[in-house]
Amino acid sequence: MNAPLQLWLIPLLPFAGFLVNGILGRRLPKWLVTTVALLAPLAAFGAVLNAAATIYIHIVPRCAPCGPPNWGYISLPYIETCPLPWIDIGTLHINFSFVLDQLSLVMLLVVTGVGFLIHVYSVGYMHDDEGYARYFSYLNLFLFFMTVLVLAGNALLMFVGWEGVGLASYLLIGFWFQKTSAADAGKKAFIVNRIGDFGFLIGMFLLLANFGTLTFTEIATKLGQDPGWQGGVVTVIALCLLLGAAGKSAQLPLHVWLPDAMEGPTPVSALIHAATMVTAGVYMIARTHVLFDHSPFALGVVAIVGAATALFAATIGLVQNDIKRVLAYSTISQLGYMFLGCGVAAYSAAIFHLVTHAFFKALLFLAAGSVIHSIGGEQDLRKMGGLWRKLPVTFAVTTVGVLAIAGFPPFAGFFSKDAILYAAYLQGPNGKALWFVGLVTALLTSFYMFRLWYLAFLGKPRGEAVPHHSTPWSMLGPLTILALLSICGGWIGIERSAGLINMERFSGLLAPALGARAAEGGSAQLELMLSAAAVGVALLGWLLAHLFYRQKPALPAQLAVTLPGSYKLLANKYYVDEFYGAAVVKPLLAISTYILGWVVDKALLGGAAWLLGGIATFAGALLQRWQSGNIRSYAAWLAAGAAAVLLFIVVPWPAVLASLPAIHLGLAGR
Amino acid sequence: MSSLLTQEVPISWYLLLSAVLFSLGVAGFLIKRNLITVFMSIELMLNAVNLSFVTFAYQWHAVKGQIFVFFVMMVAAAEAAVGLAIIIAVFRARATLAVDRIDLMKL
Repeated sequence: MNAPLQLWLIPLLPFAGFLVNGILGRRLPKWLVTTVALLAPLAAFGAVLNAAATIYIHIVPRCAPCGPPNWGYISLPYIETCPLPWIDIGTLHINFSFVLDQLSLVMLLVVTGVGFLIHVYSVGYMHDDEGYARYFSYLNLFLFFMTVLVLAGNALLMFVGWEGVGLASYLLIGFWFQKTSAADAGKKAFIVNRIGDFGFLIGMFLLLANFGTLTFTEIATKLGQDPGWQGGVVTVIALCLLLGAAGKSAQLPLHVWLPDAMEGPTPVSALIHAATMVTAGVYMIARTHVLFDHSPFALGVVAIVGAATALFAATIGLVQNDIKRVLAYSTISQLGYMFLGCGVAAYSAAIFHLVTHAFFKALLFLAAGSVIHSIGGEQDLRKMGGLWRKLPVTFAVTTVGVLAIAGFPPFAGFFSKDAILYAAYLQGPNGKALWFVGLVTALLTSFYMFRLWYLAFLGKPRGEAVPHHSTPWSMLGPLTILALLSICGGWIGIERSAGLINMERFSGLLAPALGARAAEGGSAQLELMLSAAAVGVALLGWLLAHLFYRQKPALPAQLAVTLPGSYKLLANKYYVDEFYGAAVVKPLLAISTYILGWVVDKALLGGAAWLLGGIATFAGALLQRWQSGNIRSYAAWLAAGAAAVLLFIVVPWPAVLASLPAIHLGLAGR
Repeated sequence: MSSLLTQEVPISWYLLLSAVLFSLGVAGFLIKRNLITVFMSIELMLNAVNLSFVTFAYQWHAVKGQIFVFFVMMVAAAEAAVGLAIIIAVFRARATLAVDRIDLMKL
């Protein structure tokens, strides 16, 4: 028998917070808004911790005599279904069902934990914003949808959460909607995401058509029963889902919305556009991994998309000058890493990187927010510099974040990045190429992160950006906790067995949900070598950044002059936005304006309306004459009508008609 | 001669008379311009109908027709009162009784 875990509380608590602050927030005192906004995610986090603790107590054997690991008190996956049906049509039954397994538990811990920290940070960051209550109601709404997405037991419920986080993202990107650029960025994010959602929807329809169910566990069972499911339609479904995931996780070619999404408040960038929502694509692939496992082709596409995105975004990140945009491209690049991990079927490594990335990228974004906040809204790296003296705590935590993302041991990023690269390397000859791309990306990542670090914190102050107010503790507290997590977060992957340290613990943890795949040809020695290579390139990136931005600050400008072509290409982000503008937006606008606007709307629809109106007017003008106002003419019409009725009644029409001579038309010959 | 006096008048004659009277009423209503003449034409039509009512009532030995005639006469009397009052009012306002010129209702 399963003990009730009350999973439904996890999404509904933030939703209650959203309702209270969304409806009453404007009238409530600020301290109450803050309390509600913080209590909701904290309570949700508590509920998740409770679930985790319950599972840990009842599943993990603490001592040998305790018996077999799973003694049946709570068995994962633990499913909680709403007793009321949702959709019940014919053979199609879809319920509100929440599933807790190792995968969703890990994801929930990250979402609610990091989410809570960012809520706390936001209290300091947004303290004098007019839309304080509105901001927190959106943030709570986001947590509601995100937890629904994570807990969903079927694709449709996941889609509800999926769309909901898109909505929250849209609302929060355009939070300062008076700014045109923010409103436009929100729309851009929403529209680009629709393209991905189209793929997700088609994928769901195909799942329904082929499996008759959208429940993840049933799909897995059906796939397991019949070995005939291989390639073909499964590939198509997987590719459709990949399109959805690429839209949400800003992978090539749908990455364009994420850098613009930085128009939102910085904590939002940290929570939604770095730590949680954008990783939903990775989570979705991991959740539907059985489909991808049955289609090597789709997996290959995932790996290539991931690797290409990782490299592509990293190169753009090299030359960006806006501190948040550097982090945005770095996020895209790291998401590419996770896709690469999924693509080589190392789902647990991808999820591991998702977790550590959530820690250090949230940390970096919040630190950037703290910098921006304290120097009065300046985001241009070229105008910063020498901030380490003024913002010591921020400097320290950023250093931790940079070391973590660059992949230095023992920081968190090292372990997860290493796991992905190792898994890629073992993936046959193509895997070596993927591994190499990953390695180059690691080099670039290290370079641009240290570039940011040098430009913002070291050197001499450039420009007038000087800190003019101190950072409140509500901001420094979360930064410190995230910094600790960025240091220690990777250690959950370490396992000490028989005196040897290996890093399989995390994948072992997730194995029941994601399936265990023994890598072939792996050895501790090889892993050590690959780790050394990764650390080596990270170090190289650091040295290069040191050379460029510390020792010879004139060098970057010289390089930009000597290589104008590539510099412009990178500074303009490979002209992808321009290409989309010319290839998609302009033709679409032209079609809308000329064909839909002029031909269809003005000519066809307008013409039809004009014609109908004209007929009515004309007929009215004719009939108007009837209403002469002359009583005797009315009387005449009355008399004529009476005469006609009389004629109709008195004359025996059938007989009269029959007596008429037959009229022979052409038809009569038949 | 005596036979003509003692003989009953055939039903159809009454009906014919009724039709003639009704047609005269309609014609007067359509042709005449004076409001009072129009009004009298209406009375003529009502009485033509009354005649056919009585005729049929006599033929079918049904008293309902006769009763209906009383109703019609009563309504006609009321109508005459109201109608004449309207005519007087119109005449006072417009100083004319020509129907063609009483066309305020026209747009």
